[in-house]
Amino acid sequence: MSLTLEQVQRIAHLARIEISETEARTTQSHLNGIFQLIEQMQAVDTTGVEPMAHAQDLSQRLRDDVVTEEDRRAAYQAVAPETEAGLYLVPKVIE
Amino acid sequence: MIDASLKQLSQALAAKQISSVELTQLFLDRIERLNPTLNAFVTVDPEISLKMAAAADARIAAGTAGALTGIPIAQKDIFCAEGWRTTCGSKMLANFVSPYDATVIHKMHAEAGLVSLGKTNMDEFAMGSSNETSFFGPVRNPWDTGRVPGGSSGGSAAAVAARLAPAATGTDTGGSIRQPAALCNLTGLKPTYGVVSRYGMIAFASSLDQGGPMAASAEDCALLLNTMAGFDERDSTSLDRPREDYARDLEKPLAGLKIGLPKEFFGEGCDAEVMAAVRAAIAEYEKLGATTVEVSLPNSHLSVPAYYVIAPAEASSNLSRFDGVRYGYRAPDYGNLDDMYMKTRAQGFGAEVKRRIMIGAYVLSHGYYDAYYLQAQRIRRLIANDFVEAFKQCDVIMGPTSPSTAFKLGEKAADPVQMYLSDIYTIAVNLAGLPGMSVPCGFAGGLPVGLQLIGNYFAEAQLLNVAHRYQQATDWHRRRPEGVA
Repeated sequence: MSLTLEQVQRIAHLARIEISETEARTTQSHLNGIFQLIEQMQAVDTTGVEPMAHAQDLSQRLRDDVVTEEDRRAAYQAVAPETEAGLYLVPKVIE
Repeated sequence: MIDASLKQLSQALAAKQISSVELTQLFLDRIERLNPTLNAFVTVDPEISLKMAAAADARIAAGTAGALTGIPIAQKDIFCAEGWRTTCGSKMLANFVSPYDATVIHKMHAEAGLVSLGKTNMDEFAMGSSNETSFFGPVRNPWDTGRVPGGSSGGSAAAVAARLAPAATGTDTGGSIRQPAALCNLTGLKPTYGVVSRYGMIAFASSLDQGGPMAASAEDCALLLNTMAGFDERDSTSLDRPREDYARDLEKPLAGLKIGLPKEFFGEGCDAEVMAAVRAAIAEYEKLGATTVEVSLPNSHLSVPAYYVIAPAEASSNLSRFDGVRYGYRAPDYGNLDDMYMKTRAQGFGAEVKRRIMIGAYVLSHGYYDAYYLQAQRIRRLIANDFVEAFKQCDVIMGPTSPSTAFKLGEKAADPVQMYLSDIYTIAVNLAGLPGMSVPCGFAGGLPVGLQLIGNYFAEAQLLNVAHRYQQATDWHRRRPEGVA
């Protein structure tokens, strides 16, 4: 498998990372090297093998539906790039 | 005092031979003098450290001190610590002052009374094996400042090796505690997945990440793990198990111990001098009463390929939170919302992090999920099953931690695949979720070599015992680098 330049640009867009054409070319060569390594997996017959998502086969714990956290909005918003009246500010989405 | 064990420091503090403030100042002075060369710490705040030390002294005076109260340690900069800049080695978080404590931080400082000396340098978002991907520049190995300390916990490793701190924390997703421990002559332990809480530990690959101690000896690691481990309801993958004293079995004799030697770890691909040191360590274990048996991990060669699908997939999801909205970096100039995301992430992340996010986005995308992500998860199962089979024949597994000693700065930085292969012996342990250690076992060309110990699930106390008895019989772990005295 070999990624084309267009595929690299498409992946960068999916990941929301702006990429110039020069960067895309360097990235293309690096990613193709990495995928060459990854391709070793394809030679293995894994029919019937249960995928392992996690080290411990445990189901998620459930807790009572009660409030456990205190309100720390001011502290958490103090580290945000831009806030106003308790809201996070971003460029206008709806005209 | 600089070379004292945690137990000795604890006794000196209890006997009032030294105060925590004096001890903390001693290490702060060393950091001030040696850190410009090593770049092991990214944030030091003597005012906070000394305040913590004064509080520890008050606890000691009041008779409410715990075993490690007043001992200074270094924290990997992946752990959120309230009031401390917490960068994860990234421009994205270069100005982020955490509004809360990670559970590990809370347990070690608020509960156990350890004093923080500061935050240590690391590969950006823990993605790297040399500490060269850090936004704050590479860390230098105290054994040879032209070489890397390993990664991603490279700052913690260099700090402890040069005695800028008596001990440190690390995190290990594919070898990030064990490999730098090996390259810097330290003892490091990655616990069983789920033993140490991940709450407030900035996530890289959530099904693999695990925090652990890095120190000069197995005994120090056991005492530190006692403060770090434990169930945490804030981490949905934390395991609810009875509390353990990880130092309880340190002195147990090793007679009858069965050591499994995976033939795949003793073949080609490892430096000959490294292999000689590892074999000498195994011979030492035989003198201590252990026997060896050859075992096989037939799928271990697939661990690096499977890891470079699973870890980037999880990373691409975890790092989507860095969008310039709630915390961290935001690009100064942008158009619409999408453009703000794209520019923020392009400018805030370094090259290796972007590569891994892009690999992850690709293997999770429509049409490729089965061929890559599911296949990697199936191979993960095969790798974990190999260990289950191997542990039917032995108590612990041993081999090299890293295929080479510390490499030169820049030597592998241009080729990601070469860098990835430096974790060839450690990654399978994370995929299986097992505990693993690296223990100093000699030198090759004047550089430290690490012996890897792999235990069965929840065998931390046994691994620490196996490492401790070896350290009673050898002095490799007591060797210190020259030139950073």
